[in-house]
Amino acid sequence: MKVRLRNPDREVDVAGGRAVRDVLAELGVNPDTVLVIRAGELVTRETRVDDGEEIEIRPVISGGAER
Amino acid sequence: MRCTRCGAPAVIEVRRHNAGYCRACFEHVFRGQVERAIAKWHMLDADERVLVAVSGGKDSLALWDTLLDLGFAADGLYLGLGIGSYSDRSAEVTRAFAASRNATLHVVDLAEDYGFDIPTAGRKGSRSTCAVCGLSKRYVFNRAALDRGYDVIATGHNLDDEAATLLGNTLRWQTEYIARQSPVLPAKDGMVKKVKPLFRLSELETAAYAFLRGIDYVVEECPLVAGNTQLRYKDAMNAIESTSPGTKSQFLFGYLDRGRALFTAADDAELTTCASCGQPTTGRFCAFCRAQAQILGRRLVTPEPQRDGSDGAGGRGNERQEAEELADEVLPAELYGVEAR
Repeated sequence: MKVRLRNPDREVDVAGGRAVRDVLAELGVNPDTVLVIRAGELVTRETRVDDGEEIEIRPVISGGAER
Repeated sequence: MRCTRCGAPAVIEVRRHNAGYCRACFEHVFRGQVERAIAKWHMLDADERVLVAVSGGKDSLALWDTLLDLGFAADGLYLGLGIGSYSDRSAEVTRAFAASRNATLHVVDLAEDYGFDIPTAGRKGSRSTCAVCGLSKRYVFNRAALDRGYDVIATGHNLDDEAATLLGNTLRWQTEYIARQSPVLPAKDGMVKKVKPLFRLSELETAAYAFLRGIDYVVEECPLVAGNTQLRYKDAMNAIESTSPGTKSQFLFGYLDRGRALFTAADDAELTTCASCGQPTTGRFCAFCRAQAQILGRRLVTPEPQRDGSDGAGGRGNERQEAEELADEVLPAELYGVEAR
C-alpha cells in the first residue's frame, strides 16, 4: 500500500493488511502527532488498512514563533 | 473504535480522555472545550470585539471558525512575513477562509508597513529568526488591535504550545516567566487583552477539527523553523505522552490550578511608552523598534534632548550605555513573550 508522508512530501510503499498503528510503528511515527487520512476521511489507530489502499500521514506539530 | 458519546464509528481517538468520537460528537466536544475555557477564564464577553491572529495554520483558522460559530464578533488579522511561497500560501488560505465565512480580514505586511521581512531580519538582526518573528507578531497584533479599536486579541495557542512553553521555562527555572504564563493576559498600559481559547485542546485535536470542518490550512511547516527549541520541547513531551497519556494536560492544567499561585510575579516593571512608536515598553525604545532599527541599519532617535546636550541617539559614547540598557531591560511578557528576551 502507498503511504504519503508530509513535511517533506514523499511516498513510501509498505505492507497492508494490518492496523494503522502497525504501519505507524514501522515508519517510526508517534500516533499522537499525526492525522491519518484514507479516501478523504480520518481513520483511527486500530483501523485496518489493506494492500492497494493509500493513506496520508499528516503531521500536526507546528513550532517556531509564538502566534 | 466507537464514539464514546453516541456509539457511531469513531474518526478520532483522544487518548488522554480515553475516548473516541465520531465527527459530529468531536465537533461538539471541541466547541465545548473552547466554551469552557472562555467561561472559566472570563476570556470574552458577548459584546466585545475580538481580533483573531490568523496565520493560515490549523490552530488559528480552527479558532476563528469556532469563535464565529459561537457567535462572537471575531475579525481576523493576517501578518505577511515575506517567507516566500510559504507566506504566499498562508495568505491565500487565510483570505479564502475569510471569504468562505464572509468574515472581515485585516492584512498587515511586514515589508510594506515596517520595511523588512522575516528572512532579512534573521540575516541582519541579532535575534534568531523565530524570536524576531514572534516579536513582530506580538507587536503588530497589539498595535493593530489598538488602532482598530478591538477589545481582545485571540491567538491559536493550543495545549501542546502552552505545555512546551511551561516545560522550557521550568527547565531553566525562569520563575518570573512561569508566573506570567496564563490563558488570559489582561489589558494594561497600552496592551490589549490577550486570550488563548484553544489552550485545553491538543494539536492533534485542532488539526482534526480543521480537517473535519473542511478548512484548507497550511500543512507545510515554516521553512525557517528547523531546530526550533519549542519543537524539541514538544518532541520530549510527546515521547512522555505516548506512554503516559494525559501527562501534558496534567502538567499544564496542574500548573494553572495549583502551581501558578506558588510563583510570585516579578513583572512589576513600570511601563512607559516607546520614544519612537508610542507602544508600551520598560526602556526608552521598545524591542520591536530596536530590532527594526538594527535590521534596517538605522539609529533610533530620542526626541527629547539629553542632559549632556546630545540628542540621545548618536555618538559612540552612548552605545555602551544603550547596550547596557538593553541587556538590563525587563520586557513585558504580555507583549513581547519569552523569545524576545
